[in-house]
This record gives sequence, C-alpha cells and structure tokens, in this order.
Amino acid sequence: MIPFLERNLRITPIDAYIDPPVPRARAIITHGHADHARAGHGAVLATPDTIAIMKVRYGEDAAQRFQPLEFDTPLQVDDVSITLKPAGHILGSAQVLMEHKGQRIVVTGDYKRLPDRTAQPFELAECDLLVTEATFGLPVFQHPRPLDEIGRLLRSVQTFPDRAHVIGSYALGKAQRMIALLRDAGYDAPIYLHGAMIRLCELYVERGIDLGELRPSLEASKAELAGQVVIAPPSAIKDRWSRRLPDPVLAVASGWMSVKQRARQSGVELPLVISDHCDWNELNQTIAETGVSKVWVTHGREDALVYQCRKNGLEAEPLNIQAYEEGEEGDA
Amino acid sequence: MRRFAQLMELLALTPSRNRKIEALSEYFRETPDPDRGYALAILTGAMTFKNVKPAILRDVVLAEVDPHLFALSYDYVGDLGETIALIWPHHGDTEPLPSLSDLVELFNMTSKAELPRLIGSLLTRASINERWALVKFATGALRIGVNARLAKTALAEMSGKDLQDIEEVWNGLSIPYTDLFDWLEGRAERPEIDHTARFHPLMLSNPIDEEKDLATLDPAHWVAEWKWDGIRVQIIAAKGRVSMFSRTGDDIAAAFPDIVDNVFGDGVLDGELLVGEGFEPLPFNDLQQRLNRKVAIGKHLQTLPAFVRVYDMLFQGGTDIRSLSWTERRQHLETWFAQHPQTRLDLSPIVPFTNWDELAEIRRRGAAEHGHEGVMLKLRSSPYVPGRPKGLWYKWKRDPNVVDAILMYAQRGHGKRSSFYSDYTFGVWKGNEIVPIGKAYFGFTDEELKQLDKWVRNNTVASFGPVREVSKELVFEVAFDSAQQSGRHKSGIALRFPRINRIRWDKPANEAATLEDMQVFLTAT
Repeated sequence: MIPFLERNLRITPIDAYIDPPVPRARAIITHGHADHARAGHGAVLATPDTIAIMKVRYGEDAAQRFQPLEFDTPLQVDDVSITLKPAGHILGSAQVLMEHKGQRIVVTGDYKRLPDRTAQPFELAECDLLVTEATFGLPVFQHPRPLDEIGRLLRSVQTFPDRAHVIGSYALGKAQRMIALLRDAGYDAPIYLHGAMIRLCELYVERGIDLGELRPSLEASKAELAGQVVIAPPSAIKDRWSRRLPDPVLAVASGWMSVKQRARQSGVELPLVISDHCDWNELNQTIAETGVSKVWVTHGREDALVYQCRKNGLEAEPLNIQAYEEGEEGDA
Repeated sequence: MRRFAQLMELLALTPSRNRKIEALSEYFRETPDPDRGYALAILTGAMTFKNVKPAILRDVVLAEVDPHLFALSYDYVGDLGETIALIWPHHGDTEPLPSLSDLVELFNMTSKAELPRLIGSLLTRASINERWALVKFATGALRIGVNARLAKTALAEMSGKDLQDIEEVWNGLSIPYTDLFDWLEGRAERPEIDHTARFHPLMLSNPIDEEKDLATLDPAHWVAEWKWDGIRVQIIAAKGRVSMFSRTGDDIAAAFPDIVDNVFGDGVLDGELLVGEGFEPLPFNDLQQRLNRKVAIGKHLQTLPAFVRVYDMLFQGGTDIRSLSWTERRQHLETWFAQHPQTRLDLSPIVPFTNWDELAEIRRRGAAEHGHEGVMLKLRSSPYVPGRPKGLWYKWKRDPNVVDAILMYAQRGHGKRSSFYSDYTFGVWKGNEIVPIGKAYFGFTDEELKQLDKWVRNNTVASFGPVREVSKELVFEVAFDSAQQSGRHKSGIALRFPRINRIRWDKPANEAATLEDMQVFLTAT
C-alpha cells in the first residue's frame, strides 16, 4: 500500500502539510512549540488550545485563517478524514490521525504517555503507518518517576533554605507542568516567574489549569527570594538575570538531564529528569500497541529506533526532516 | 550505598570547591567506620578491585542489551560507567544495596567467573543514581572532579587538623583508615609512621613566566640543573630494604630490580629515572618500554638498563633533612655519594651561570645539541616543601618545536567533551599522500573547540563508528617537545607531548610540512 502521506509530511490528496517548517497554504499543527508551529501559514487546522497558544506567541494574525478542531472529532476534507487525538505532550497537543481509502496513518507529533494534568492525556490510535518522534530514542533514556524528581527538588530546597532554586524550564509546557507537579506534591508557597513565563502561565490558568499563587520574580527583593522556587527559561539561568537571585541553585528540568556528565558540563547543579516526551521504553511500547507494520521515525535519534523496529520485524525508515544533531532543543 | 551515591552526585554537580569540601566532611562525620574509610579510599584512588574491569562490566551489559544499541548509546553518552548505569534494563529497586564495606568484601571474595552474576544482580537492585555511583565505585574511574587533595582537605576541615599533618601520615596508613579517623576525632594519638619506609610527597615546580618572573629574580640566589626527560622517582633505602615510588606514590620497585638491587647506603632520594648505558640517557620512548610493566622482562635488563639521576635528598640515613636549605641538602647528598660508591645512581650536575641571558643561551644550546627539555631553577635557600609551593622551584622548558600539520581524522571526546569532536589526528605530506604523525586533544580554547567541532561536522568525508575522516584542508600548528623514530606509525615518527598550538584557518593544506621537514627534529633529539 502506497502511503497517502509524503516523507515531508504532505498529505497528498488534500495538499496539506503537518507542522511545516516553511509557510504553506494549508497546515495542520500538532502543538504550539516553535519547531512545530510557525507563523505565516495560510489556513491552520489545530486544537483550540494550540490556536490560543499560537495567537499568544505570534499574535492574532499568526495565520491567515484558523480552523479549530476539537479532539476525537473527525473532519472530512475531500476524501480524507482527519481526527486530532490527544498526544499528552503539552496543553492542546495532538496526534494527527488520517484515514483515506481504508488506510490509517498517525503522525504523533511530540507525545508522552505519563499522566500530566496540564495536557490532555495521550490516546492510542491503531494504524497502518505510524510517524513517530524519537527525541529520546536511545535505550539510555529511561525517565524516572517525575514525583521522585520533585522529591529531589524539595529536599534541596530544604537543605539550602538561604538559596533560591531557579529551575530552567521551557516556557511553554514544561514550566506549567513543573508548577503543577510541585502543587500536587503539596508545595503551596508562591512560585516566582521570570517575565518570559508569565503570559503562558496566565493562558494555562485561563484555560482551566490551577497553578496556585504565582508572582513575577522581577518585583521580589533578593531577600524575599531566599528559599523560594523561581521558574525561568533555561537560557536565563546562567545569564545576568540570575544575579538578582540569592546564591541560586541552578536546576534544569529536562529529559536531557539524565546524563550527569552533560549536566555537569553545562554547569547545572540540580538536574531534574522530567520530560514531556516518551522515553525509549514508552516509544517501543507505543509502536507495539498501535499494531503498525510500518514506522517512519523523525525528530531525534532515528538510528536506534529504526534499528530496533527492524529487529522486531517492522518496516522502518528515518525521515530526517530536521537535523537536530545533538537534539538539545529546549522543550524536552 | 544510598548515602554514598548522594555524595557522589553532589560532588559531580556542585561547581563550588568549598561546597564539595563541606559535603565531604559532613559525609565523613556522619558515616560510621569502616564505610567512610572505603569511601575515602575510592575518592583518593587508593583502592581498586583487581577483578572488576571495565571489560567485565561491558560484558555484563552486553548479555542484556543489544550490542549495536549499546554502541550508539555509548557514543552518545561518552562515559562507559554512565552508559551502563542508564541503559541497564532491569529495575528491581526493592532491596537496598549492601553497605560499602560489604561491597568491598563481595568484590574481593567473588571469583572472576561469578563476578558478572554478582554485578548484574547489584545493578538490578540499585536505583538509577546508585547504579551510576556503583559502577564508579567498582571501576574506580570517578571523573567527578574530586582528587586526593580535596578529600584530605575535607578531613582537615572536619577535624581541625593541619592538612600538612594529614599528608605526612597519609602514606603510612592502610584502608579503611580507622586509625586515621581515631586520630582526627581525638580518640587516639597521631598514627606512628616509620618515616624511612614510606613514600614522602614530592616537591614540584611551577613553569616560569620568562617576562614576569625572571626580571624579579636575583641569579645569585638560584641554582640551575638540566631538566631530565624521564620520570620522577623517590628511592627509599633503609635497613637493607630498597623501594622505589613513582611521583604519585605507586611502588614500581618490581619493574626495576636493576636499580633497587644496586642502591648502596640508607636515605631517601629524589631523582629522575632514565634508561641507557653508562649514564647516557636514551630517548623517553625507550624508557616507556620499561614502564607500565609490573615486572621487568629479562631482555630489557640487558638492552635498556635503568639508572636514576639524583637531584635531592629528603633523609640522610634515618634523619629528616627536608627543613634544611637546598644548599645544605646538596652538601649532604654529595657527601653521601662520596661515602657510598654507586653503580646505578649518579648526581645531576649543577649548570653554572651568572646571569639570565647566559642561562637562556645555555638552555637553547642544550636543546639544540643534546635535546635537553629545559632547565630547572631552584632557590638555594629553599627547604624541601611537599606539593607545588610558589616561588621555590621553577621549570624553564625550551621553546617547543612546531610543525604545520593537516587534520585527517576527528573523534568524539569523552567525559566533559563527549558531544564534541575533540580528538584530532593530523599528518604531513609524504609525496602526494598525507601520513599521520600524531594525535592531540588539547591546546585549544572552548570557543575554538566549538568551531572545530562544527568544521568537522561540515567537512566529513567518511565515518567509521565514532571516527570521522575529514577533507584534508585544515592546518594545525602543532607544538611538541620532541620527535622520535617509531615503528608503530606509518610515518615512522612519534611526537612527544603534541598539542594544538594554533589553528591555521588561513593556511592552505599544500603549504603544510612534509615528512622530510620532520627529519631535523629527529636529529636534534
């Protein structure tokens, strides 16, 4: 069966692209991270949350036309049926399920399987061809339980009551998930936000996700920040901005943090292995559960996952859509 | 083990030296004997398990993990221990791991054949962080930015004792150091050490800054010697027993029976181990053949006889003379040589000079005519101070040799540089082909490393596993201390201590050196 999806993620019968890196007349956007959602397309089909995020980040005119589509609601476009299934990655993130002449194709976008109350939970979709991401597609990536990582953070906060803990987190998704995890662990002190975090946190709250008391770090005195948790973009934690903090413990929340030598190399004192992507075991579990015979692998360490799929008797190919040579993009 | 793993993680990730010391002293204060002693032994590199080798760990993992996936992972992570810790597929996490002392016992008692099963079961029982610490504990390859000095500083910190006192007794102690902790915590007297039977920390020199230092030094207060190109050793001769230690305190006597059987008279001597007939030193490469062997092989005793060129004396007989000035110690040393004729020891001669310009000229000629590495400068009034004290001993190395060579292959580094192509093989022209002459992985800044890494990625012509062959376009100015003939390399040349001096982004490859150009360096050595 020849797929009706091309290797650059163009859906042939309807001339629409999924997460295109350049402006296109018709785009389906899986989620709001910058490497998937770009401004300048003609018509954009996405979940209402994703559209809201794109408008916050790029403005109301981020695309010529937005068409919201709720989860699990099939949309017929010519002879292709399109359904957005929750991907569990961040608020509004979706997988794209396409059906055409009896063939089912799923493009996962970025996804994770672990529960996360800031994102709609992942739903499995059976298919003939699966296009999966592989950000953490190496068997060394076996993410620990997020709550255990939060435990390490809280222990450190207790051990250093005079120091601020600044947590480098991607502004969209990771920041809000970290706050939610802290709240769920019973941490109810105010959490301080770097300016770049504020608008997106407000958006999450507007869309019904409780994040507790948040304060802008800019308005807090140095003394007030001792013993507190501050959330900032990873790029800010080693920047001049962090000098306003009292003797900060530099933490970063990311799946990349599992490699201690890497954390050490980038001067991170408290690496928190909290990821919004599947780890190696979850990637393989998902591939097995969808019952596919054919897998395309993209976004990350294609080699190992392609090798593993082939070893399991599946047809598998890397797509090499975008080269993240070291894969150290921020949203992991 | 949990507590030790936490300590290891903190040490690995805390950039602040003070905080590391704090964490160590807290650990030593809170952890009971003998566990803390074993931790100290691992942290100072004093303990290794002779059967637990990286190869065994690799085999244990490869029995559980696909070799190709392991290879991809190792290439990504760059550190064997950490790769193993992260990739191990079984997670029990139910029973706690044994204590450090039980682990020591287990590793030492378990036969080679049973070891893989033991390690496998321990890895499964451990949490991720413990697994990481366990592999490091078992292999002794820590790479967490801690050395013996730091651990001893923490001991001083926790006890209020003087670091120098701890250094003094250190080499007389044995694992797990209960007598040391008894003394540090005031329950016992300072451990009695037979000072004539133990390695004494060496006095080391600093490189001289020709522009800044020389102008401020009065030549009359300084004495010069040649800098010999061997390895630094300490000979201890007492009560009919002779031992010999490397600069790190490893006992290397068994590899050099030709020396230790031929030391006449008692004392503690500091000198340079060299090989050659009739006190004529051969190139370092020849000495290398005798190093890294546990015992000497018979042929070498004939073809590469060893001797020690002595330049200092720490004990005359059983008397500690380290607090005396260099001038007085030299007198003792010369008297000792006069009283005890030697066949395998000789005295490092003094190089007379009256002013710095004259010495610079002597140094230049010594390099050109005899291949001397440079000269040592020692303050006449200085006592023998262990460590690297400032302003007492200087090394004044000759100017390095440099050659323009072409980058041929690049390989990913390990540890801190695991994501960068940081190990470079370079070569020179031999007719129309380029033959490799050496490999270097330092001499450039972090910024240059980034540029080089990018250049390698953009100019790769072929990949072999972790090695990339690049187009032969980039020229390095490579500095090296000397060049020697070598059968091991296709070019027939081996460089000593090569490093990247400059990256010649500007220089075309066809202007790089040829193998003929290299011949002058060979004759000079």
